[in-house]
Amino acid sequence: MTPDYPRIEIAGENSSIVYFSDRPCSTTSSIISHTLNNLKTALADPLIDLVPSYTSLLVIYNPLLTDQQQIHKAIRHAAADWQPDTEIQTGRRIQLPVYYSVESGPDLQSLAQNAGLSMDEVIALHQQTEYLVYAIGFAPGFAYLGEVDSRIAAPRLATPRHKVPRGAVAIADRQTAVYPAQSPGGWNLIGLCPTVMFDPTQQPTMPVRVGDRVCFSGIDREQFLQLGGSATALADKVR
Amino acid sequence: MSGLKVIQSGVHSLVQDAGRYGFHNIGLTTGGPLDHSSFRWANRLCENEDSAACLEILVGGLVLESQIDTQIAVTGAEIPLKINDRAVSGWRSHRVLAGDRIKLGYATAGCRAYLSVAGGIKAPLVFGSAATVVREGLGGLYQNGKPLSSGDILPCIPCNTDKNLSLPQHQRPTLDAAITQIRVVLGFQHASFTQSQTQLFFSSEYSLSENSNRMGYRLSGVAVKPSLKGMLSEGICLGAIQFPADGQPIILLCDRQTIGGYPKIGSVFSLDIAKLAQLMPGRKLRFEAISIEQAHSALKLHEQQFLSTPLDIDAQSQV
Repeated sequence: MTPDYPRIEIAGENSSIVYFSDRPCSTTSSIISHTLNNLKTALADPLIDLVPSYTSLLVIYNPLLTDQQQIHKAIRHAAADWQPDTEIQTGRRIQLPVYYSVESGPDLQSLAQNAGLSMDEVIALHQQTEYLVYAIGFAPGFAYLGEVDSRIAAPRLATPRHKVPRGAVAIADRQTAVYPAQSPGGWNLIGLCPTVMFDPTQQPTMPVRVGDRVCFSGIDREQFLQLGGSATALADKVR
Repeated sequence: MSGLKVIQSGVHSLVQDAGRYGFHNIGLTTGGPLDHSSFRWANRLCENEDSAACLEILVGGLVLESQIDTQIAVTGAEIPLKINDRAVSGWRSHRVLAGDRIKLGYATAGCRAYLSVAGGIKAPLVFGSAATVVREGLGGLYQNGKPLSSGDILPCIPCNTDKNLSLPQHQRPTLDAAITQIRVVLGFQHASFTQSQTQLFFSSEYSLSENSNRMGYRLSGVAVKPSLKGMLSEGICLGAIQFPADGQPIILLCDRQTIGGYPKIGSVFSLDIAKLAQLMPGRKLRFEAISIEQAHSALKLHEQQFLSTPLDIDAQSQV
C-alpha cells in the first residue's frame, strides 16, 4: 500500500467504500480479504454486509447503531496489520469451455474491428491468459476475472442491453466474465459458455471462488450443445 | 399448511420479507420491500415482527380467499380494498374469517401496496430469507423467485383477535406529488463529476422511464457525464445513482446488482426510496444533496417516530 491508501469514501448513508490501490493484483486482493475478515469480527452487530472487489471493499452498516467516524476508524484499524507474508494462497485452476463465434458473441466482430484485429486473434488472445477471480457479484455467481490482454480491452456499451443470455462470455475494459443467468448488461459479448456458473441447490453453489485461476478453451457449436449449452441462447439472438 | 388462497394473482405480487443479507460475497442481492416504510407499518398494524413476510402488490388486481380466521392490513399505495364486497379502509387491520374474500382493486395513487397477515406469511427461507427476487430465481413461496399465481396458498397461522389498529391519517405518506423531491448523500465517484455537471444534475427535473423495475429506476432528462474514463467494478449500495455513458441516471434499488462499473454520484437517502417505490413511469422527480450527518439525524428521528407513534385502536370489527 502506498501512503495514498487505503482511501475511504462515503458511498451512501449506510455505506462506505475503501480503495486499496489503483490497480488490481494478487497483493491487493490479499489485503482486501484480510481487511474483510478483520472487519467481520471487529464490527459484528452494526455490520450488514461486505462487498469485496478488484481494488475496493464496500462496507454496509446500520447507521442506527454506529456512524461513519466509527466505521472509518474500524476500517483503518482492520487494514493496518496486513503483512506481505499473509499472502499468497494460490487458488485452484479451473478450465471453462467457450463457443466463440459471431452467432454466440454479437459484439465479437465490432470488438475485433475496433481493436484492429481479426476475430480469430481476439479469440486466441482471450484464451491466452490465466485469469484471477477478483470478485463475485453483480448477480449470483457472476465472477469478475482479470485482466484481459490490453489489445482486446473494450469499453462498456453506451447503453446496456436489457437482456444478455445465460452463459454469455463478455469483456468490459480489462475484465472478463461469464453471465451466470439471463440479465441486463453492458459488456461486450464474444461467446457462450455451457458451464452452470451458479446453482443454489448444489454445494458449492459455484464452480469458482475468489482467488481461483480460470482459463478459457474454445469449443465448437456441437460441443457447446453437447456440454449442455442452451440452444435458446443461440436462437434468441441478442442485438 | 392452510392460509390465504390466491384466487387472482394481480399484476405482479411478490412475497417479501425484510430481505436477504450477508450473501453479497456470492453475488446475491437483498430483495425486500421497495417501500420499506409501508411494509413496516403493515406489519405493525398486524402486531407482527418488523421483518415478517408480507405481499408486495404492484398496481393491484389481487383476490385472496381466507381458509382461516385471521387479521390483515393493507398499506402503501391508495388502492380500493374489499372484504366480501364490502369496502374497507387501508392503513388499518381487519378481521378476516375462513371463507372471506379479500379483493384489491387498482391503485388510484402510488403503485405498490403491502398486505400483511397476522403472524406473517410462512414462506420457506432460502439463504436466510423469503424475499422474492425474480431476476435471481430465488425466494418466494417455492424458493424459485416466481411471483404469485392463482391457486397458490400463502401459509399462515390462525389468529383470534378483535383488536383493530389503524395509523392516524396524518402519519400516512403523501402520494402522487407533482414533483417528488429526492434527497441524495454524495459519495463514490462524486469528485469526478465537475461542479457544473453536479449542479446540472441537482437543478434538473427527471422523469421515470418505462424501463424501471425493482432492480433499478431509469430516469430520462438532462444527460450528466463524469470526467472519468472507465473504472473497475465495485460494490454498490442501495440507492446508488449511476451514470452509464449516455448520461441518463439509473437509481439502483432492492434487486440491484451487487457490483457494477458505472460512475456514481452518490446514493438516494434510504427513507426516500419509499417515495420512489410509489412512482409510476412518467412521474417527475428532482434531487437535493444532503450531508451524511443530516441523513443520519433524519433517520434517527424517523425511527423514534415510528416506534413512538400510537396506533388508534377500535374494538368494532370491519368498518
